[in-house]
Parts: sequence; C-alpha cells; structure tokens
Amino acid sequence: MMATTNYKSRVLPSLELIGAYLLAIFWILPLLYAFWAAFHPSEYAIHFDLFAPLTLDNFREVLSQAPFVRYGLNTFLVVTFLLPLQLVVSTLAAYAFARYNFVGSNIAFVLVLVQLMITPEILIVQNYSTLSDLGMVDTIAGIGLPYIASAFCIFLLRQTFKSIPKELEDAAQLEGCGTLGMLWRVYVPLAVPTYLAFALVSLSHHWNNFLWPLIITNSVETRPLTVGLGIFGAPESGVDWSLISAATLLSVAPLLIAFLLFQKQFVQSFMQAGIK
Amino acid sequence: MKQESQNIQGWLLLAPAAILLVAFTHYPTIATFFDSLFTNSSIIRPSRFSGFESYRDLADDPVFWKALINNLWLALGTIPTSIGLAILMALIVNKAIPGRGLLRMAYFTPTMLPMIAVANIWLFFYAPEIGLLDKALAVFGIGSTNWLGDPDTVLPAIIVMTIWKEAGFFMIFYLAGLQTISPELEEAAKLEGSSRWNYFWRIQFPLLLPTTLFVLINAFLNSFKLVDHLFVLTKGGPDNASNLLLYYIYETAFSFLDTSYASALTMVLLILLAVTALAQFYFVDKRAHYR
Repeated sequence: MMATTNYKSRVLPSLELIGAYLLAIFWILPLLYAFWAAFHPSEYAIHFDLFAPLTLDNFREVLSQAPFVRYGLNTFLVVTFLLPLQLVVSTLAAYAFARYNFVGSNIAFVLVLVQLMITPEILIVQNYSTLSDLGMVDTIAGIGLPYIASAFCIFLLRQTFKSIPKELEDAAQLEGCGTLGMLWRVYVPLAVPTYLAFALVSLSHHWNNFLWPLIITNSVETRPLTVGLGIFGAPESGVDWSLISAATLLSVAPLLIAFLLFQKQFVQSFMQAGIK
Repeated sequence: MKQESQNIQGWLLLAPAAILLVAFTHYPTIATFFDSLFTNSSIIRPSRFSGFESYRDLADDPVFWKALINNLWLALGTIPTSIGLAILMALIVNKAIPGRGLLRMAYFTPTMLPMIAVANIWLFFYAPEIGLLDKALAVFGIGSTNWLGDPDTVLPAIIVMTIWKEAGFFMIFYLAGLQTISPELEEAAKLEGSSRWNYFWRIQFPLLLPTTLFVLINAFLNSFKLVDHLFVLTKGGPDNASNLLLYYIYETAFSFLDTSYASALTMVLLILLAVTALAQFYFVDKRAHYR
C-alpha cells in the first residue's frame, strides 16, 4: 500500500506535467509557426532549418502591398472612441437600474438583456440599412455605433452598483451631492475593477471583430485590421505563407503584446466578467 | 425621493442606452420579421406582401438545410470536447505546478487572437501536401489529403480549429468555478483516502455543474455567431459542405442581394437563439440550489 502511494506521487505527477506541457505546446504551435514563417525568407516557410537566416523583408513587403499602418490606426480609432462611450452610456443606465425604482424598470431590464443573446452581428441586414439611412456607411463611427449600448456592460455595472451600501449614498446626499455628483464621486470610484474588467473584454472583442466591420466599410480610410487582413489573405493575391504570416502578426501584435504584458489582468478580467 | 421624480430621473438616465438598444436590437428584430413577409423592392417592381412565401422557399432550400445541419454538427463536434479540455486545463492550471503562468498563457492565447488571423494560420496547417498536417502524416506513410477541399473532411477540420480556439476561453470560467470550491473539501477527501479521480467525479464535477451549464449555453450561442473563419478558409464550400447559417445570411444579403430571403433566414437564427436563451433562463436559474 505504502509503495503504491509513493509510486503514484512520484511518477504520475511528472507524467501529468509532461501532458500539460505537450498540450500547451500544441496550443501555441500555430502562433509559433506564424513567427517562424514571418521572420524567415519564404523558401523556409515549409522547411524547418534551425540555421535559416532571419529577415524582416516579409514585413516590409506586406507594408508595401497593403496599408496595414492605416488599418491599425482605424482599429485604434474604433476601440478608443467606442470604449468611453460604452462606459458612459452603460454607467447611466446601470445606475438607473441599481438605484431607481421607476415605472417599467423590470420590463426595461429584460429588454436590455435581450441584447446579450441577439448581438448586433446577427442583425447585419437591418443594421446595414439603418446605417445607410443615417449616411454612416463606410465611417469609423458606423463600425462602433451599434455596439455603444452594451447589455453586458450595463449588467456588470448594475451588479456592482447594487453591492455598494446605500448608506454611502445617504451620506453623500447629506453633503449636498446631486444625482450625477453622487454617481461620479461614490459609485464610479468603487466600480473601478468592473470598469477595468469590461474594458479589457471590450478592447479584445472589438480589436478582433470582423463580420460587421467587413460589411460596413469599403475603403482604406475606414477598414480595420481584421478586414484588411481578410482581404490580404484572399486567394487572388496568391498564397505566400511568409507574407500572410507577417500580415497576421502585424494585425495581432498590439493586442498580443498588451496581453503578454498584462496577462494576469486580462485573465482576471475575463474571469470576473464571466462570473458576473 | 418622490415616485414622480424617480420615474423621470430613472428614465432620463436610461434614455441614451434605451434609444441605442431600440435602434440596433429591438427595431431591427421586428423589422426583420416584416421584411421577411414582403418581396424585395426593385426599380421596376415595388415591394409587395407575400406572406410566408419566403418561409416556404426556405423549407425547399437544400442550402438552408445543409447550413442548419452543419451548424448542429459543429455544435455537437466542438462543445463537449472543448468543455472537456477546458476542465482539464483548469484543473492543471489550478494546481501549484512549475510554469503554471506559462501554461495558463499558452492555453488562453488563442482566445486573444482574432478568428480571421487564426484561420490564416490554420489554412497553412491544412494545405494539401505542403501543409503541416500532411507533412506530419507523411511520416506515417499517409498520403496527402485536401482537408478543406473535400466535403467529407472540411467540417471536421473546422471543428478541430474551433475547439482549439475556444477551449482556453472556457477554461477561464472553470478556473473561476474551481476557486470557489473550499479547499477543506479536498483535505477531507484526502483524509478519507479518496482517489483524485473519485474526488473529481464526486465533488468537483458536481460543484462545477452551474459553470458547465453556463458554458454549454454560451458555447451553443457562439457556435451560431462565429463565422469569421469561413471567409478565409472555405467560403462555405466545397458545395456548401462547411456553410453555416450566419454565413449563408451574409451571402444572401450582400452577395445575392436578396433582403427578403435573408430576413427569413435571420428569423430562423433569431428563433434558435431565443429558444436557447429560454433554456438558459429555465436551467441556469436552478443553480441557486447549488449555492
């Protein structure tokens, strides 16, 4: 009996460890391959030679063929204008749901939650015609507009605001704080972790969003990275794996670097947002 | 505060969100239904009421059925496996083992990558002859396969890629779930001489059931929403063998310019999502029992 436990504790965990690492290697293999192909001349894209020469030519070639810098700027503009608006609009709505007892609040909340299920990408046909009525097809604002009101953000903030003791509000009221002053001085500071969690989830979602931007944009001046990459990878441009890998890395680099630097915050944010 | 000012202030605070939600969620949902009842308008012929004609076309449309069935196979093929892997990953990363941070990062990285970028890389993996998969199989003397060009292999190929993309994302929820389980339970199980296998099936897995339900439903919804990779990998082909409902909606509306039919297809998708959401309401509400 003693012997088996010893055997178990010594051999099994190390086998498990090997399995865990093998799984991890398999999981980052595609990314590793993209790095390999992007930094080597294209004749090495399918030959793995440890001594293959390193090069940045693929990146230069990609940048000369397609305006990835402009695409990157467009993506950056979308996420930076969208996020603050999402936070402001959702904060106001969440505060109403958390602290006001207004007529129709229950039914309104259910109607908000509908968007958790019917996300804007499902309604591409109608939303495209709405935006074309508004004259906002092929604009940066048009990429973000359907996402400004986020049921997910409203839900997260409402939960957070509800957990804040009402006594704090009463105290602030005695100090002469108005509605918005109270929201700004009492609720917002206490909800910072929730804001951060949503910000990281929203940032990665909109950096990576593809279908809606594909439909609503049709020029270099508005196209985000994902759409630019989708066009770049189209078969008519011929399949050069090194170039595609370089373009892929260019598109994911900013978010990937941010993720590697703030890995813990990202994982915790996704976790916090997931538990609700 | 008086009830009247509660009403006014509450609705004022809600107004910006409410207007946007109505404009981009509720109105288009209703408009989709009405559009599906009318024919397309053109310069020569204005739109006319056609009742449920689009839906009759839909019932006779083999591409629609193909896409719908593909969607269900995709869900069946990806969800159980990625949930199993997600639990395994969470159990690994939840332990104090060397390189835990690195492992967690490796498992989670696919979640951070856009599907379109992921598809670009996997396109090479699946390339016949020169692709990584065929090269690896050649070592065992297995000949070349056109993974994405063959109707028999294209959907499994996409399923494998989707599992890879999603498992790390689901891991996060299980990690959160595992951290709510009291460590005393593990101590007690150890004292009782319970094996780890037993501990997992009798304690951890049942306690994670609410998490599993939550992940299950979200994974199901996701399997209908995620079509980005098709634009790079297959465009729904060959012969619609990898077509999915949302991709077919996109094609119908923006390539074939048939708004009326695209609206009928969207209605089917909306109904599927609504039924799933109701299931969530019904099942996940019961998780109160476990808390």
